[in-house]
Amino acid sequence: MTTAIQLTPQDTIERALELAAAEGAQGCVVLVAETSSANLRWANNTLTTNGAMRGSSVTVIATVGAGEGTAAGVVGRSSVTDTSLRELVSAAVAAARESGPAEDARPLVDGTVGPGWDEEPDETDVSVYANFAPALGEALKKAGSENRWLYGFADHEVITLYVGTSAGLRLRQALPRGYVTANGKSSDLSQSAWVGAATHDFSDIDPLAIDAELTRRLSWATRTVSMEAGRHQTILPPAAVADLMTHMYTRLDGRDAHEGRSVFAKPTGGSRVGEVLSPHPVRFWSDPLLPGLETFPFVIVRSSAGSESVFDNGLTLTATDWIRGGKLENLMQSRFTAALTGAPAVTPPIANYALAVEGATGSVDDLVAGLDHGLLLTCLWYIRVVDPQTLLLTGLTRDGVYLVENGEVTGAVNNFRFNESPVDLLARFTAAGATVPSFSREWGDEFSRTATPPLLVPDFNMSSVSQAN
Amino acid sequence: MPDVDASFLALPRHELADAALQRAKDLGATYAEFRLERIRSESISLRDSVLESAHDDEDLGLAVRVIHDGTWGFAAGVALSTDEAVRIAEQAVNLAQVSRPINTEPIELADEPIYDDVSWVSSYEIDPFTLPRAEKVALLTDYSDRLLHADGVAHVTVHVASVNECKFYANSEGTSTTQQRIRVGPQLVATAIDPETGRFDSMRTLAPPAGRGWEYLTGTGWNWDEELAQLPGWLAEKMAAPSVEAGQYDVVVDPSNLWLTIHESIGHATELDRALGYEANYAGTSFATLDKLGTLEYGSPIMHVTGDRTAEHGLSTVGYDDEGVAGQQWDLVKDGVLVGYQLDRRMAQVNKDVLGTSRSNGCAYADSAGHVPIQRMANVSLQPAADGPSTEELISRVQNGIYIVGDKSWSIDMQRYNFQFTGQRFYKITNGKLDGQLRDVAYQATTTDFWGSMEAVGGPQTYVLGGALNCGKAQPPQSGAVSHGCPSALFRDVRILNTTQEAGR
Repeated sequence: MTTAIQLTPQDTIERALELAAAEGAQGCVVLVAETSSANLRWANNTLTTNGAMRGSSVTVIATVGAGEGTAAGVVGRSSVTDTSLRELVSAAVAAARESGPAEDARPLVDGTVGPGWDEEPDETDVSVYANFAPALGEALKKAGSENRWLYGFADHEVITLYVGTSAGLRLRQALPRGYVTANGKSSDLSQSAWVGAATHDFSDIDPLAIDAELTRRLSWATRTVSMEAGRHQTILPPAAVADLMTHMYTRLDGRDAHEGRSVFAKPTGGSRVGEVLSPHPVRFWSDPLLPGLETFPFVIVRSSAGSESVFDNGLTLTATDWIRGGKLENLMQSRFTAALTGAPAVTPPIANYALAVEGATGSVDDLVAGLDHGLLLTCLWYIRVVDPQTLLLTGLTRDGVYLVENGEVTGAVNNFRFNESPVDLLARFTAAGATVPSFSREWGDEFSRTATPPLLVPDFNMSSVSQAN
Repeated sequence: MPDVDASFLALPRHELADAALQRAKDLGATYAEFRLERIRSESISLRDSVLESAHDDEDLGLAVRVIHDGTWGFAAGVALSTDEAVRIAEQAVNLAQVSRPINTEPIELADEPIYDDVSWVSSYEIDPFTLPRAEKVALLTDYSDRLLHADGVAHVTVHVASVNECKFYANSEGTSTTQQRIRVGPQLVATAIDPETGRFDSMRTLAPPAGRGWEYLTGTGWNWDEELAQLPGWLAEKMAAPSVEAGQYDVVVDPSNLWLTIHESIGHATELDRALGYEANYAGTSFATLDKLGTLEYGSPIMHVTGDRTAEHGLSTVGYDDEGVAGQQWDLVKDGVLVGYQLDRRMAQVNKDVLGTSRSNGCAYADSAGHVPIQRMANVSLQPAADGPSTEELISRVQNGIYIVGDKSWSIDMQRYNFQFTGQRFYKITNGKLDGQLRDVAYQATTTDFWGSMEAVGGPQTYVLGGALNCGKAQPPQSGAVSHGCPSALFRDVRILNTTQEAGR
């Protein structure tokens, strides 16, 4: 049986840095991520799967050579012992020696020992559902007795990251992340509704309240109305806005724009930074300290790509405006791409964002109250890029399209396939509400830290009817 | 057949399994299974012939799933010790106990023969992980240069993903399997930019990801020299092509495009877990519900679709699935009618009367040790006509239409009715002949209308095994690799959109 010794994250980092130096590496970055998670999944009013998982990953980025001639080798393992760590570091140094100089080479991030460095990883387990699971059981029973079907998923995860560099930086940060998504259907499956929310610890998630909201939405479908495809006045609730804006967020790469192959490239060359994208005072920004949406405040990159560079690991992230006052302000930039493209600042991606229309107040209900005739969506699904030049996206409405007449929801409408660009929508929306925490149906499991307003779009392009319900 | 990697066989797989399964049994589990899985992956990216990233990863972990008091429980961890195996077994039982109040269906599994300590290895020649990194990067740099130095090409990106997956599985019934699979997914994309207008477009190689080794990158199973030589010309032609006029057209769809339409509109729609609603909150359900088995007219009478986990070089091909069920092949659509589903052992047992069989067809698997096995996709393939026509013959039957080559954008609704696809190249067909490329093309249809409009399928000489490495399903999300074989096929009266018009330009 194995007698290998499991190392603490801190020991893993210190030893790996020593081993890399002993192997002749010029520099080294070590990332350790300790994760634990617990989930429950249900369908047709009963449990389907569950899981309690513990994971670990160690990534060693070794650099060899000097200055512009620096090469990097990146090797990751899901778990290490004292013996396998030695092999891991050797593999990283060997990989660096086998690679040519890296284009994005920069001095490794230096610094000192950050707060909490010595602490153990935070953890979660199934006990996070101590109150939630029994209440969920009650909600499932209630739905069964009232001829409704419930489907859903609850996930809670804690990630603790440790970063060490041969330049002296030592950082630790733990973050919990939880979410619940729930789908309700009428007894004949002809009507469907959806609710999703992010949470830190499930203390604020009430399955009975979720069931009540699903029931309210299903009741809107007492009257069903067929509508044709075409351009419709459409209210996008915050979840649907997040579905679209998360896609736009992932396309803010500074190098792609500089090279002329992005919606943010100018036809005449260079990027569209400085250009007005919206006539409204739109602000689109990321900040690791956004209240309620806190994320890791330093760069974590395991593979260089576009505006992400492994050499930037540990770099402090600060609030960044991507769009301000309706004007494109910044694109994503690593230290390398900022220099390459002449960007004014180093602005790496941050794992959250908020979109706000300054001065906008009110909720979805207020937008509904102000609309004579149009559609209210729930969320969007299966969104893919059709044309990167305009960032034309296609996708579908899902789990509830409602008819609004004279300021009230008066029925449920069929689903649609849409073809729309989120960049164009910023120019075309005519009313907005206040920005609130949102959970994207399409991207929430990967990118859950978003805040968005509801938007009214006067001519949302519904390309065809979808029979799905 | 190559052997399972010696370093995986050196791990104490049987000891860990015995410890976990015994502990689960002692705690009252009526069924338990153990997996030890090691996934080595390498991702190499070049941007304009410069190495952008080379990342080498290994995910090694163990998992236990139990049935306790009629309820599933699953747990996973990473430390390879008997203590950890025991702890994970305890945690799986604990999870079943916590979940008991929300479970109303006692879990029972379909029977499967016992396979005692069997081994299986996929078909390949060169394990990519045995080659020096520098040799691989040098080859890819050469391929990249051929495109980058061609007229009209502004940028080239290269990405190759390689995977070596070793899996040990053991269950409380006495089955234990040790398997190894190799797969590679190479792609090169050339981008052109019009300096006058700023318009840009791209052209990608069509080599599908495959259950093959590095030999795939050097000419076995794909002709790289030919494709790389032609690709810049195709891109230049596309940049100069006229924009399509939206409307109804007859289309001939090449296997390089049709595989993805099969994946989305047949592959996912015939997953029984979707038809039963298990994915309703996430990936979605299916219009092809169980009550329609044997009667649903999926497509025209020439439509014959199989599911298999046995095709050589298939990405979903295995010896045994993650419930100890042997790989099989079966019909999903025959003579245009829905006749089968993709199953796991629980669904096979519960629905055996309707399905007419009490055996799983082996479609349960997880993407890694850290995830629970669920019903996942087999290789789902459209069969060619035995003496069927060539692609050219199919094209010759079209007066005014479009020949669609290569996949690009894809989207389908949550019940698998309404889809929209684009492609890499669209050729106008005039009077039975190709008549230059078109651009801004997308096709949009409803699944049964589309397959109902299939007038002819090509012969075996047109058949290509396509596929994807990144099929998403389940919560927490899992990524799957799956292949789809198909011939070229002719469809009448399909809706073609102009994507520039769709964007309101």
